[in-house]
Amino acid sequence: MTRFSIFSLARNALSGHRQWPRTWRDAAPREAYDVVIVGGGGHGLATAYYLAKVHGITNVAVIEKAWIGGGNAGRNTTIIRSNYGLDGNTPFYEWSMKLWEGLEQDLNYNAMISQRGVLNLYHSDGQRDAFARRGNAMRLHGVDADLLDQTDVRRLAPFLNFDHARFPIMGGLLQRRGGTARHDAVVWGYARGASDRGVDIIQNCELTGFIRDADGAIVGVETTRGTIRANKVGVAVAGNSSRVAALAGLRLPIESHVLQAFVSEALKPVIPGVITFGAGHFYISQSDKGGLVFGGDIDGYNSYASRGNLPTVEDVCEGGMALMPMIGRARLLRSWGGIVDMSMDGSPIIDRSPIDGLYLNAGWCYGGFKATPASGWAFAHLLATGQPHETAAAYRLDRFATGHLIDEKGQGAQPNLH
Amino acid sequence: MRISCPYCGDRDAHEFVHRGDAAPRRPTSDDGFYDYVYLRDNIAGPMREHWYHAQGCRNWIVVARDTRNHQMSGAVLAREASR
Ligand SMILES: Cc1cc2nc3c(=O)[nH]c(=O)nc-3n(C[C@H](O)[C@H](O)[C@H](O)COP(=O)(O)OP(=O)(O)OC[C@H]3O[C@@H](n4cnc5c(N)ncnc54)[C@H](O)[C@@H]3O)c2cc1C
Ligand SMILES: [Zn+2]
Repeated sequence: MTRFSIFSLARNALSGHRQWPRTWRDAAPREAYDVVIVGGGGHGLATAYYLAKVHGITNVAVIEKAWIGGGNAGRNTTIIRSNYGLDGNTPFYEWSMKLWEGLEQDLNYNAMISQRGVLNLYHSDGQRDAFARRGNAMRLHGVDADLLDQTDVRRLAPFLNFDHARFPIMGGLLQRRGGTARHDAVVWGYARGASDRGVDIIQNCELTGFIRDADGAIVGVETTRGTIRANKVGVAVAGNSSRVAALAGLRLPIESHVLQAFVSEALKPVIPGVITFGAGHFYISQSDKGGLVFGGDIDGYNSYASRGNLPTVEDVCEGGMALMPMIGRARLLRSWGGIVDMSMDGSPIIDRSPIDGLYLNAGWCYGGFKATPASGWAFAHLLATGQPHETAAAYRLDRFATGHLIDEKGQGAQPNLH
Repeated sequence: MRISCPYCGDRDAHEFVHRGDAAPRRPTSDDGFYDYVYLRDNIAGPMREHWYHAQGCRNWIVVARDTRNHQMSGAVLAREASR
């Protein structure tokens, strides 16, 4: 592979940027692989990359029904953070954060990782106490967290609506190492790293069925580009997990819902990092191009439509106006929707399924982008060794039956509340 | 998206609260509870689902909607649907 460097940049600048090599090989399916990964989003590609890099398993195919990165990997609001409070979550998301911090060097790819800080605002005494508790839990796990009071927040973001009659801003919990990453570049960087190690990335190849042996174990997949055999099939199809699992006769504790995102016209730098509204569901950051990128709640009903409805647009914009009235002057440029896998406790599943040969990476709800590196790492570990990775051991499929839910938001088993 | 309430007629969706798939039935023994509470068919296509007309007549209704494009093909009062 040609490594990117200041020299390759200079060389290609001299030839008018027309000689850059392809980023990854666009492979055609072969008859059989050791592992087939279904879904060419960030999670699927990261899994393939770590299978090759960490475990030396390179006879791997990633099959993607459309083009890689066209799903949620390319639709999210790019926020990365590890400010989780529950034991099952904190080490996993922190491991992800650590991998983000070394990702560009590891992949030799600019993913524009920007640790600008993530600030969660609080608006009541009770919420402050809850954030203090979460911050303490994070620190006990070695994760950075600072509890700010109103003066600190005023210094960081003077434009916020501090004197809102119902939701005055009293302070916030700041994770300075949180921030954003360029989502498409994450996909392309993992694709390049995996492809260079021998992984076949096969686009326009939709899984349509599974091949089973006499004992019912999965030994391959049927696709729109023919049959591919493999004794291990890992499914990472965010938003479509139930549909794919149904092809294997499996029902999951998951509902598919639409989450919308919005971007404004480009402005000069105004918002320093990521800011979230603690009284409603609204979060915002500014892209490097200057657009304000923001979002809020899911639309609240099952959907596979990849587009949302106006009441949610109104609700999100109201949240934004309540928090920072100045954004009312910015023009909204675009909005779009992505289909997210809402699990029944709001946490993901990385586990073998009850069917031999079938492994699941699902239920990422609306927060799985930040998990991309650790999810790939843990899923690769599971596929290679048959054992859960230590940071992801809690993400079991049977936790709903055994009562070991991981309900970070404490809002119960209702997908529309996560 | 507009929902056609059998009692009130066509109304904006934001008057309603969604409560999901109308298919699961409360089991009579403990055995079925895991399925009932957690597992979903999560249909991509026509689905019958519960909505509550919170800012209208306050009826529970069963709406038939295609989850791939939000098209509705009918709605009945939930108490009639359960008969
Ligand atoms: C609007 C929005 C905002 C978000 N904001 C954030 C955020 O700020 N921070 C954060 O951490 N998370 C965020 N998320 C969540 C995050 O994007 C997802 O949890 C995460 O990207 C999911 O993993 P993935 O990247 O592999 O999924 P995807 O990129 O969706 O990958 C799944 C792939 O599987 C393919 N596929 C599906 N079915 C088949 C089939 N039958 N055969 C072959 N291929 C198939 C799809 O085409 C798709 O490319 C957001 C999500 C949305 C929609
Ligand atoms: Zn009504």
